[in-house]
Order: sequence, then structure tokens, then C-alpha cells
Amino acid sequence: MSATNQNGTRTSTGGVRRASALGPGLAVLCAVLALVGFLSVTMGSRSIGLSEVLHALFSFDSDGPISSTVTLEMRVPRTLLGILVGAALGVAGAILQGVTRNPLADAGILGINSGAAAFVVFAITVLGVRGVGVYVWFAFAGAIAALALVYAIASLGREGATPVKLALAGAAVTAGLASVTSGIVMTNVDALDELRFWQVGSLAGRYTPILTGVAPFLLIGLAASLGFGRAINGLALGEDVARGLGQNVTRTRAAAFAVVAILAGAATAACGPIVFVGLVVPHLARFICGPDYRWILPYSMLLAPIVLLLADVLGRVAAAPDEVQVGVILGLIGAPAFIAIVRYGRLSEV
Amino acid sequence: MTTTTTTSDRRSAPSGTAAALRANRRRRAGRSLVVTCALTATVTALFVLTMMVGSFRIGATEVIASVLHLSDNPSVDFVVRGLRLPTAAAALTVGLALGASGTIFQQLLRNPLASPDFVGITSGAGLAAVTGIVLLQAGGLVVSGLALGGAVAAALAMYLLAWRDGVSGYRFILIGIGVAVFFEGLIGYVLSRAQLFEARQAMHWLIGSVGQASTTELWVLTAALVVLLPVATLLQRPLSALALGDDAARMLGVRAELSRAGLLGTAVVLVALAVSVAGPIAFVALVAGPIANRLLGPAAQGVLPAALVGAALLLTADLVAVHLLPTPLPTGVVTGAVGAPYLLWLLATTNRQGAGG
Repeated sequence: MSATNQNGTRTSTGGVRRASALGPGLAVLCAVLALVGFLSVTMGSRSIGLSEVLHALFSFDSDGPISSTVTLEMRVPRTLLGILVGAALGVAGAILQGVTRNPLADAGILGINSGAAAFVVFAITVLGVRGVGVYVWFAFAGAIAALALVYAIASLGREGATPVKLALAGAAVTAGLASVTSGIVMTNVDALDELRFWQVGSLAGRYTPILTGVAPFLLIGLAASLGFGRAINGLALGEDVARGLGQNVTRTRAAAFAVVAILAGAATAACGPIVFVGLVVPHLARFICGPDYRWILPYSMLLAPIVLLLADVLGRVAAAPDEVQVGVILGLIGAPAFIAIVRYGRLSEV
Repeated sequence: MTTTTTTSDRRSAPSGTAAALRANRRRRAGRSLVVTCALTATVTALFVLTMMVGSFRIGATEVIASVLHLSDNPSVDFVVRGLRLPTAAAALTVGLALGASGTIFQQLLRNPLASPDFVGITSGAGLAAVTGIVLLQAGGLVVSGLALGGAVAAALAMYLLAWRDGVSGYRFILIGIGVAVFFEGLIGYVLSRAQLFEARQAMHWLIGSVGQASTTELWVLTAALVVLLPVATLLQRPLSALALGDDAARMLGVRAELSRAGLLGTAVVLVALAVSVAGPIAFVALVAGPIANRLLGPAAQGVLPAALVGAALLLTADLVAVHLLPTPLPTGVVTGAVGAPYLLWLLATTNRQGAGG
């Protein structure tokens, strides 16, 4: 409680200074992201030097050294996917936390992961589909269907989709879909075997076809999401104040949910549920920027891929030539770091 | 309320308002009593029904007589007391415990999503149990003990980490998120490294089922409920005050930090025992509170009704899982499918501003 008050007084005096510090901060994060992206291309179970990377990128020939093939066909798509997916999940999480005004909200609790998982399991068991490349689209469809259902149910009734109703409808839809999924999985060992790897969340084995498939959705969603800062700031003041400021609350919420459906749906479809990025990174961004969503959104968008790629590189290097999934590394290293920040830092609430 | 005031303000406005307030309060107390009684009746009926159905059908009177040791019919006694009572009792007690602890967490942290499932306590239990199953090939009581230890350890760690001149709800939630993500990551790692057979066993435990409880565990949970449910009901008043915020609670004469520690302790013990008996059955703790609130009407929250909703939910889920589906499934598979549509229906039909939450 006292932390918020201190924060409140501080922002009122130092708002301008804060904005002037946050702008260059974005540039620094861009540079860090570029550096991490470079690390992600060069490091791994097989280390590739800078010259080899450049050679592969600019003068590639198919009979060239194996390092070129590794770079172009595995490392580069993987890195690009990591950047896009990370950014998408981070922004989607930040938007959801803002719209529902709930620090526990993320794509998972609003039904996206369970919708995607249910459709993946359906595709595996009923349609006999195999391989990540095909069930990406089932996962995408499932995620969007689940989120649409949540929004539709929450907006029934006189006062529309309030934060509490959105959160509860999300939890309930998640519960129902998870029941269906686990019911199928418990009776079908093949589906269990596929699902347990999909569920951890990983960038591995997602190459060019998946990247080119989901990239357009992610890019459009990311571009659209940056326009929501001001609107979510209004919603964060409470519905009545937002209306008083001349905002169309219903339309803002619906638009925000549509963007989140595309971003988180495509990202989850490509890489499985990576909880940490969508749930924790927005809190880190809020920790840096304070309560202003015009800053939280771009910061989440840059911080999330940095965290995701770092964890991915670490997972590849730590257990080489094998690898540990990003989801696991994020939990093991990211979570304690987050706890330390929450414990010793100054919080600003959703 | 406004209409009552306008009609009676010709005589004396203050007494009219007071009368209206009193009438309102009486009506709410009446509704809460009716709802609680109806829930108790439903739970009792479901409890008896669970022991009636099966491949060997038994009448309601025979079941009741057998459970209360009033009759002397060895074959009925064997089926009822030996086979069906443990499962029914497990569903009843685990449901009560999960419902009560879920609503305490949600009110204390002032967040409808803050059930023990989402703030890391069940995942602590899950990690301990899954590790036991996969690495030590453990089973039965060992896994239950591990789960109990894991849940209590996770809760203690969260409380200590969130402590800074007292525990604020918001920091507790964030720490809970961190702890949950940490444990989930480890569970994912253990599961993806395990052999398929053990992974399946571990997944089975993680889904949770009431059919696997041993008598010892059941007695411990029952004893805990007999002590802690009345305690939780007595702590309802400080809990409602804390839901208004710490400052308001202090003004109402509540010792905020002490009451919170007591309430958290109660909720943690209940959920830890429930998870050790039946595994982390999902969504009962999350859904019971909001459903009870919607039945009770606006601005009324009760631990006992939520506990009863939890029990009703789990008993129904057990009936569906064992008798209605083509192959018997663990109870945790069905709780979501049983509870979710009901909550969604309540959400869609309850139009009142501020109901639940």
C-alpha cells in the first residue's frame, strides 16, 4: 500500500523526467535485443563464428560448409520466431492485464492455451494429424475460438464485459476445455506423448514454414497493439472515469481482445504455451515504467523477446548437444529473478 | 432502498433509513440462511446418492442405516462401508476443504483468480509428488506425504518472501506467480525427461482423483475440517473486513496482520491436506467461491456456503466420472466440465452490478 503511494507522488513530480529517461531506454533495449539475437544465431550446441554467419547470410551456396546450412535453416528462423513470439506474448499479456485490471491475467487464464491444446489434441486423436507444422493451424483456431467464447459470455448481461466477469469467464472456459483435453489424453497414450512436449513450450524444431505461416499475423498484431496505450490507461482508471473521458469502453475492450487473440493465438500455436513471457514480463515492464501503458506496451514488446531468446540460448548451451526447453529455463532462472525484483523493488499496481 | 426512504421520510428520515437498512440486512441474512440450508441438503443428498449407485444398487434407507451402524446386513455393510464410503467421504471432505480454502484466498487477496491453483501452493505439492513418482518410483502414502510437505513448504516460502512490514495482497500475488512459474517449469522438466509410463502415472496424479484415498489420510483431513471449518466461519468477520483493505479493517477493530496470518494458515492447511488426499483437483477451489457468491446475492460472501459448493461440485464430478462416462476417469478430469458450465451460466444470467468477485 505504502509503496503505491510513494510511487504516486513520485510520478506526479517527475513525470517529464521519467518520459525523457524512458525514451532512450527503448533504444538501449533495441540494442540489447539485437545483441541477444546475434548470440542466438551464433551460440548453440555447435558454435558458429561471426564470419561464417555473414558468409551464410550474404553468399550462401548449397554445397557450402555445414555451418551455413545450420545458420540459415535452423538458427535464423528460430531466432526470428523467438523475437516475434516473445514480443507478441509480452504485449498480449500486458494488454490483458490492463483490460481485466488483474495481475494474474494472461493468455493462459483467459482460455487461449487450453483452447489451443484442446484443438491440438482433437487434431491428433480424431483427425490423425502428426507434426508441428500441421497442428499449428489447429492450435491457432482453438486459441481464437476460446478467446471469442470468453468474450461473448462475459459481455452478456447489462453492464457488459467487466474485468471480474472476463476473468471468471476465462477461468471457467479454461476449466471446461482442460477437462476435455485431459479426458482425451488420459485415454490415449499417443496424444499424451505429443501433448506433454507441446505443453512445455519450446522454440525447437520450428523452422521456416512455421515462421512464414505465423509471421504476418504477428506483425499485424504487434503494429496494432501499440495504439492501445492511451485507451488502456483510461480503462485502468475504472470504467466510469474512462467513459467520462469520452472513451467507448465496449469498443476498446472488444478491439483489445481481437488483437490479443491474433497475437497470443499465433504465438501459442507456433511455440506452445510459454507462460512466463506473457505473465511475468509485463510486470517487469510495469516495474520499470510505472503505471503508464503507453510505455508498458513497447517495453513489454522488447523485454519479452530478450528474456525469451536468452533463455533459449541458455537452454541450448547448458545441455549441449541436447537441449532444455525454454519454458523450463524461464521457470528455473527467470522466476527466482522475478521474485527477487518483487521482493526488493518498489511495486506499482495494475 | 431509495424508494423506502422517500415513502417514509415524511415522518422521520433517519429512522426510515435505519429501518430500511435493517430490513435489507434481515433479507440478506434470510437469503444466506436459505442458501446454506439448501446447499447442505444438496450435499447430503449427493453424498447418499454416491453410495447408492453402482453395479450393486442399494436403497437410500439401507445406505443411511449402514453408514450410521444401525443395521446389520454384512453384504450391504461391505459394499457401503468397505467400498463406497471411502470414495464418497473423500469427495465430501476434499470438496469442503478446497471450497473453503479457495474462497478464503480469493477474499484475502481480493482477486477472483487468486485460488491456491494459481498462486503456487498446489504446484509446490505437484512438484514434490511428481518428483517422488518419477525419480523415487514412490506410491501411496509416500506421495501423499510429499505433496503435503511440498504444499506447506511452498506456502511458507511465499509468505516469507512476500513479508516486508507485513504482507500486502498485491505482493503476495506476484510472489505467488513467480513461485508457481518456478514449480511449473520444474514439473515440465521432470515430465519431459521421464519414461512414458511414469509420465503417465505422474499426469494421473496431477489430474487428481478421489478414488485413491487411504483411511489414514481421510481421518486426518476429517479431523482438520472439524477443527478448521468452525474456525474459518468465526474468522469470516475479519475476513470481510480485510477484503475492504487493511486500513479499513483496522478502523473496524480488526488486527489485520494477525487475522491474515490465521486465515492464510487455515486455508493452507486445508488445501495442503486436500491435495495430499486427492491430488491437485483443478478448479474446485477457483469456482466454488464465485458460485457461492452468486447464489448468496450481491455483497455477501461466506466460507461455509463456498465449502458446501465445493463438496457438491466434487460429489457430482465423482458421480459423472465413475458412472456416466464410458470408461471411468480420474475425478479431476470432470470437475472442470461440471463446474465450468454452471459458472458460465451464472455469469451470463446474473446481471446485477457488483455481484460476486
